[in-house]
Amino acid sequence: MTETMGMFTDTSLCIGCKACEVACHQWNSLPANLAEQPYANNPGLTYPMTGNSYDNTGALSAENWRHVRFIEQSELPDRSDLRWLMMSDGCKHCANASCEQVCPTGAIVRTEFGSTYIQEQVCTGCRDCVAACPFGVIHISETADHRQGTARKCTFCYDRLQHGLQPACAQTCPTSAIRFGPINELRTYAHQRLAELQHAGELRAILYGADESILGGLHSFYLLLDSPATYGLPDNPKAAAQTVIPSSLFSIGGAIVMGLASLLAFRRRRMAQNAALAES
Amino acid sequence: MATSSTVSRRDFLKLAAGGFAAGSVIALVDVEPTRARAQTLKIAGARDVPSICPYCGVGCGTVISMRAGQIVNIEGNPDHPINRGALCAKGSATFQLIVNPLRITQALYRRPGGTGWEPIDLDQAMDMIAERVKRTRDETFVEFVTTRTPDGKITRKRVNHTPAIFSLGGATMDNEWNYVHAKLLRGLGVVAIENQARLCHSSTVPALGVSFGRGGATTFEQDLQHADTVLIMGSNMAECHPIAFRWVMQAKARGGTIIHVDPRFTRTSAQANIYSPLRAGTDIVYLGALINYVINSSRWNNEPFFKEYVVNYTNAPMLINAEYQGPDELDGLFQGFDPETRRYNSDSWAYQTVNNRSLQDRTLQDPQTVFQILKRHYARYTPELVEQVCGVSRATFLRVAEALLAGSGPEHTSVICYAMGWTQHTTGVQLIRTAAILQLLLGNIGRPGGGIMALRGHATVQGSSDIATLYNIHPGYLNTPSVLKNHETLRDYIATETTPTSFWVNFPKFIVSQLKAWYGDAATAENEFGYQWLPRITGDHSHIPTFVAMSQGNIDGMFVMGQNPAVAGQNARFQRKALGQLKWMVVRDLYETETASFWKDSPEVTSGELRPQDIQTEVFFLPAAAIAEMDGSFTNTHRLIQWHEKAVDPPGDARSDLWFTVHLGLRLKQLYQGSTAARDQGFLNLTWDYIDPAENTGWRIKDEPSAQRVLQEINGYTWSERQLLTGFTALKDDGSTACGAWIYTGVYAPTETHPTGENRSARRKADNWVSLEWGFAWPANRRILYNRASADPAGNPWPKEQRLAQLFGTGHHRGYVYWDATADAGTDSQGNPIQGKWVGVDVPDFPVTKNPLAPAKTDGVGLDFHDGASPFIMKADGKGWLFAPRGAVDGPLPAHYEPYESPVPNLVYPQQQNPLAKVWETADTLAPMSSSAYPHILSTYRLAEHHLSGVMTRWLPWLAQLQPELFAEISPELAQELNIRNTDKVRISTPRGSIVAKALVTRRLRPYVINGQQIHHVGLPWHWGYKGIAVSDVANDLSAMVGDPNASIHEAKVFVCNVTRA
Repeated sequence: MTETMGMFTDTSLCIGCKACEVACHQWNSLPANLAEQPYANNPGLTYPMTGNSYDNTGALSAENWRHVRFIEQSELPDRSDLRWLMMSDGCKHCANASCEQVCPTGAIVRTEFGSTYIQEQVCTGCRDCVAACPFGVIHISETADHRQGTARKCTFCYDRLQHGLQPACAQTCPTSAIRFGPINELRTYAHQRLAELQHAGELRAILYGADESILGGLHSFYLLLDSPATYGLPDNPKAAAQTVIPSSLFSIGGAIVMGLASLLAFRRRRMAQNAALAES
Repeated sequence: MATSSTVSRRDFLKLAAGGFAAGSVIALVDVEPTRARAQTLKIAGARDVPSICPYCGVGCGTVISMRAGQIVNIEGNPDHPINRGALCAKGSATFQLIVNPLRITQALYRRPGGTGWEPIDLDQAMDMIAERVKRTRDETFVEFVTTRTPDGKITRKRVNHTPAIFSLGGATMDNEWNYVHAKLLRGLGVVAIENQARLCHSSTVPALGVSFGRGGATTFEQDLQHADTVLIMGSNMAECHPIAFRWVMQAKARGGTIIHVDPRFTRTSAQANIYSPLRAGTDIVYLGALINYVINSSRWNNEPFFKEYVVNYTNAPMLINAEYQGPDELDGLFQGFDPETRRYNSDSWAYQTVNNRSLQDRTLQDPQTVFQILKRHYARYTPELVEQVCGVSRATFLRVAEALLAGSGPEHTSVICYAMGWTQHTTGVQLIRTAAILQLLLGNIGRPGGGIMALRGHATVQGSSDIATLYNIHPGYLNTPSVLKNHETLRDYIATETTPTSFWVNFPKFIVSQLKAWYGDAATAENEFGYQWLPRITGDHSHIPTFVAMSQGNIDGMFVMGQNPAVAGQNARFQRKALGQLKWMVVRDLYETETASFWKDSPEVTSGELRPQDIQTEVFFLPAAAIAEMDGSFTNTHRLIQWHEKAVDPPGDARSDLWFTVHLGLRLKQLYQGSTAARDQGFLNLTWDYIDPAENTGWRIKDEPSAQRVLQEINGYTWSERQLLTGFTALKDDGSTACGAWIYTGVYAPTETHPTGENRSARRKADNWVSLEWGFAWPANRRILYNRASADPAGNPWPKEQRLAQLFGTGHHRGYVYWDATADAGTDSQGNPIQGKWVGVDVPDFPVTKNPLAPAKTDGVGLDFHDGASPFIMKADGKGWLFAPRGAVDGPLPAHYEPYESPVPNLVYPQQQNPLAKVWETADTLAPMSSSAYPHILSTYRLAEHHLSGVMTRWLPWLAQLQPELFAEISPELAQELNIRNTDKVRISTPRGSIVAKALVTRRLRPYVINGQQIHHVGLPWHWGYKGIAVSDVANDLSAMVGDPNASIHEAKVFVCNVTRA
């Protein structure tokens, strides 16, 4: 029997180094944002800095499955209240996963580790999961390769888990702010960490998603040093059934629509392949 | 801290084994289980090759996974004692550093006046380079110079040097290359040999050397976990050394207090328990006030530990000459200043001695004791002065002082971590000295959880200093022969350089063995072991003055090896223009750097100021091998030598650096073959046998030199039998041993398992702390230096050491290093049993059977001159130096001077700047004090996402996207004054240049009120240039060529600028 695994991101330990973002790119062979223009032929910037503290990744996307947020806080004139919060964010792998629920083709599955996983061969790119995700995690790939037009997100490094390795982001994290392990052990640990921090005077520290109150429990959960809203997280995210006019509509059309969508996706991929061939 | 459920790569393997194959799965709560889908793993069945991260000096271990001859993955090594599988953003991108279509894999040639690169055959390029080297050498070689002796006599002195060739780089290359390259160039007579260490930590070496005896970090990274207080100052550690910071976070988790003192609130400040601002360049005031606070505190005066440590282990009780006067009496100067030469005569700073031994007052009451002089000197460094000069509140300063005091003592230790924020000042050496004094006074040196951690920024910037591509040192910190000293003969050189009352008494063995390693059979007692062949230096041949010489047309040829002065040099525009005065230049790197392409892509060319057709520099670009493509070793920031293995052949024309230098040497040997000229004989005799074809079986490149063989020469062996030496105590001064660098001896030594010699840098057995069997740390595998001080004068471990050894130590020890009076220590030369020796979890940094209560021998030579309670064995008196009677040219005690460019007058002394500061700018390229044209303070610094001049990061999309362009951090207050909004373009100007950056407006920067005046800081990361995929203006176009008088390091952390909307 496989144990349910979880990820605990303790933002109080995060130094914002973005190693998690890079390790994710490397392990999953994800292109950088810059790749919109082929950098070998066209050196130079394709997009500017955001000016949003040290965050130039901007958001989770089809190419960025891990994203470090930076929040600068200071109100007092002498800056004695200055805080620089950092949070490494990714897919929450919700227990009640809207994406999984709305996916009309069954492309999104629950793995033996309890994580959610998009099977790209089955994904038609219908975008229902994109709309359904309350955290804005899932995006449709626009890169010019075989993945174009499919929904993309963190896999919890499914391949690594199956071979006894922890996810790339957790392994590389310099300060062990991202921890991976059996979820029940992690939850116990998270509560201990919270108690320690509160004892040390971090009165705003909270756990987010460590119990079932949020979408039945997040398999990737967080210790935050401020309210969820501070980090751009919904206070009380809703499952798809309550928020989205789900693919029930879509499902009505069933087979026909499915077939059409598959065809479209297939065509898109073919076009991408042709384009790639033409370039090389 | 709570025990965690974190799983390492291996633990998780055990935990999940067999799990996923099962058909049914129970998932969390109310979710339906789903069948497992088998995933293929890209590293399944891969060959794992152990390697080391090529970026900063932390020295993380990596695993390179090879499948079908291709690198498929690089990630952190979970077994590595420093990084435990983790890597920072840069380390995590190593795969893309190596596997990247932008890498140059073809040798390129740019002819004089050419407008583009031309491909060139690698062999032809090598032949042409060898020919250029020979021509320049033959044209410019100088055998004798006439100089004036101090008493005015004209004298003719041998120099044997080639002043027109300059070699730059080494801190990113392997140790073996550094050694061989320095040997080749010195063999040819080249003296201008420099690397990144000059701009990085060159001030560390004299500062820590003068204070403690050796110029390296006194502790090791994993030991930071045991610190009770961590003071990070002059470093943005979380950002620039994230994996070393991992151990600071461990200390914090154990209840330690983390303090960050910095002009900016950074990623490090965000994790600190106490953040203290300070105005850039005022660290000596801050640290001086800490010294003053500590020695006048009730804790320091009532806890007997402090006096016991200070009286026994430092020079506090020594009496200084009665005529000594300091800055209090002399308007900010020390006694002996000659305004004409801007130098000190340090005679009056000396100890009072009788029979060569200094007089002492162990009660510390005599007004001429070091302690009383120090106390008077720092009396004016008060919390009020800190408030006034540094611009930080008294209350914050006092919190820091109290935390340091509370974290020090018999039960506690505190560590200080620093980096470029301290080294890069015109007062860099004195600044680091202040920290050394503070740590000695607090009893924190030589003890676990204590010490001074110098954080270095390149993979082997430590190694490239040790063995040694720096103009002023031969491998092993032997001073380069100089016409400015009495170095005429080997006997003179030895007499001048040997300190007879310290471990340096062995100096003759070190230099003679080195000469034997270089000149082999030709080195005999009759010919001074070839000493007369060595080139002499005639002055300061460091980075900046050599560029000045280049700008004047005095340098003909240059090697640029993994360094990028077009971006990283101070007043970079000046340095780029100087490159155009070269006749030839060889650049070796992975990518087409700004330096390689200065003649076509620099701002001077793109603006039309210069035309490529008019630049007559001939340029060779030879592609370099990357870390995965060669064997070799790096020495990390805590002196740990670690081996990395070749995983794959380099692509195309790319070759290892070692290949380049060894084959260049072979070609030159051929060109000089048969020469009977006296000046060529040394070079012809240079031993040069580094290729072992057997090692290249199975690789595409068949003539790759053997890095192992080089490391063996560095380690040393008996000349006749070629038996590898176990340690530097086996060295001889009669030519019977050869040894490239004495401090590394033992790195390739016979061991129980390998009686003919084991590469100990490749040993990989870690524990949770000291890890003596992981790699090899110089000297003699010691991890904490001066660790005799981890025991009390009688040899018993201090209480903290007892506790740590019990909780974390291996081998049932009672302390870190301590005297075990009952231990069997073998037999003496007469065969009598010896009882009692130093033992512990580390290698004792002390004569292992010397009794702690042994008295000093009156006429003792070497360490016999010291008593058994003298932990600083490299110092002439065995003590840590609070007061430096010699060794620091700008004063025996650190005193505050303002940065060379400053918006305010010196409020501590009438003397404004370091009176000895080196200045290579002219008056019109420097801003005067309180300049209204340049009112703001500017500091340059690094980011976590980029590495130094960006050559190893700006070509990598994964990293380039994280910090795509240059920005200037400014406070909202300054932004409002200048009507600048976030991300607006701003123009930043200094008398040297003017660049454009985006504004990053943040409350993490703050205005300082100094002397009633509001002072703004501007922060500028300096990673960008005009090549690569993330391009921006060059921040160093703004910085100034002014530097520290001891080390010629520049002042990058403080100068002044103006900011306007662009």
